[in-house]
Amino acid sequence: MGKTLAEKIISEHVGREVVAGEIVVTPVDVCLVQDGTGPLAINQLRKINLEKAANPQQTVLFIDHASPSPRKELANDHITLRQFARKTGCYVSEVGDGVCHQVINESFVRPGDIVIGADSHTCTAGALGALGTGMGSTDVAIGIALGKTWLRVPESYRFVVHGRFQPGVYAKDLILHIIGMIGADGATYKSMEFGGETIENMEMSERLTMSNMAVEAGAKCGIIFSDEKTREFLLKHGRGKSYRELWADEDATYERSFEIDASKILPTISFPHTVDNTRTIEHKDCQDVKIDQVVIGTCTNGRLEDLRIAAQILEGKKKHPDTRLIVVPASRKVYQEALEEGTLSILNQAGASIQSPGCGPCVGIHQGVLGDGEACLSTQNRNFKGRMGNPNGFIYLASPATAAAAALEGKIADPREVIG
Amino acid sequence: MTAMRGKAWKFGDNISTDHIAPGRLFHLRSNLPELAKHVLEDARSEFASSMAPGDFVVGGGNFGLGSSREHAPTIIKIAGVSAVLAKSFARIFFRNCINVGLPAIICDTDKIDEGDELEVDLLKGKVINHTKNIELSFPPLPPVMTKILQEGGLANYIHKYGDFKLK
Repeated sequence: MGKTLAEKIISEHVGREVVAGEIVVTPVDVCLVQDGTGPLAINQLRKINLEKAANPQQTVLFIDHASPSPRKELANDHITLRQFARKTGCYVSEVGDGVCHQVINESFVRPGDIVIGADSHTCTAGALGALGTGMGSTDVAIGIALGKTWLRVPESYRFVVHGRFQPGVYAKDLILHIIGMIGADGATYKSMEFGGETIENMEMSERLTMSNMAVEAGAKCGIIFSDEKTREFLLKHGRGKSYRELWADEDATYERSFEIDASKILPTISFPHTVDNTRTIEHKDCQDVKIDQVVIGTCTNGRLEDLRIAAQILEGKKKHPDTRLIVVPASRKVYQEALEEGTLSILNQAGASIQSPGCGPCVGIHQGVLGDGEACLSTQNRNFKGRMGNPNGFIYLASPATAAAAALEGKIADPREVIG
Repeated sequence: MTAMRGKAWKFGDNISTDHIAPGRLFHLRSNLPELAKHVLEDARSEFASSMAPGDFVVGGGNFGLGSSREHAPTIIKIAGVSAVLAKSFARIFFRNCINVGLPAIICDTDKIDEGDELEVDLLKGKVINHTKNIELSFPPLPPVMTKILQEGGLANYIHKYGDFKLK
């Protein structure tokens, strides 16, 4: 019987044919925690005297959420992570190295892997043809120590996307459209599997955006086949040998299937306070929405291609005087390339505040906490009440192009009118 | 796991982990008793200071969506809540509840109002609403989760068994 990507990957790991609905114990290939979840994971292992790592070379502790540390309590949490790494041989991804989901996919994840992370956006790894899923600290702690976890083999929803985007429309608009269509719990417990010519034509940067947001529809993972584009990405990051081609079987069983025409997608925005509260840019609600702060970055849209899109719109121009523009490259590699090619220079001259690679203001700790009543338009993946550090703030989600347009106009604006 | 009894505190749909344990209190994550004083603050500011040990958090749909932060169910438990009831749960939050030993119960919470006196019997899979004099049933957990919950969470479970036991 044909298998979905999730079934195929889990079957390979457990050494027998599995189907959706089964509960299995499976080896895991890559484990990650971050500075918000890692200290609790380590404390749990200490409590039961299990402070070890089964595969330290495939276990990464990220200092990205509160990085560099804005408070002594958080600096102490960072010490906890470094001490554990010294003791067990795990890697630490340090201050300035970048967001976990960018770095783990640049440097560790291979097609066919099972990746567990104490961060909900671990599903980003699906873009490389891996099964990445977010879990809590204790689950990942046990995964680190024993090299395995338990999983329910998920049923899969298939999203087949055809056609070409209009200029000014990107993967971010597509995934926001999908989440708006099925709802914030529309794929709870399921594997979302993305295919069709539009996805085949997407660069890895955009595929990572798609998989990153699967959890915003409640999904366990968001998987994409691996192909020549995946191979090029791995080659670029010095990991060509990690490549393997992986597709779902033609006769795989999907619980639901959706067909989407990419040419009909418009620039799409999530309104406060849920990701599925979407509007297209042509909706009347998008008129005259003043924006106090624009953020371009995060694990959703902080890659080189995203920064280039913003730079293309902002080149030779200045941001609106009443709007702050914060740019956070997703990783040190992204930062370096954007620096060398001049993209950061363009954004800097346009009035951006360019920050150290990491999660930036997306988690509400620092680097752009909102004031009471302020509105932020961000390329991040979540707009929950309080997400950016203030329950009296309002968060809108959109693509880097829409974000750049808002930075220019000081309000929600149509990127198709400003794109070069 | 004996029967639990307490009052219902009602919450709406889509209560996120940011409502439960917001990012602005990120620095309290290694000080859970302190963080627990703010539990669910951004959904109902009076909850943490007014609830009594044994009370129930009663949500709508998609309770616990968002971040993987296990601190969210952990501080609900530390605050003294005996169980969370909702029409549906976000996946990671549900798994985290069981892993920290906090029962997460899927039932028709439209039949529960603020302040209703509830009794929950995990073994029988029943919620008794004493105020309304009705009984609600809920489905059993997969065996692996039942065992983890019985041991008071995943860390204790692994400490006892040394591995995952599916059977």
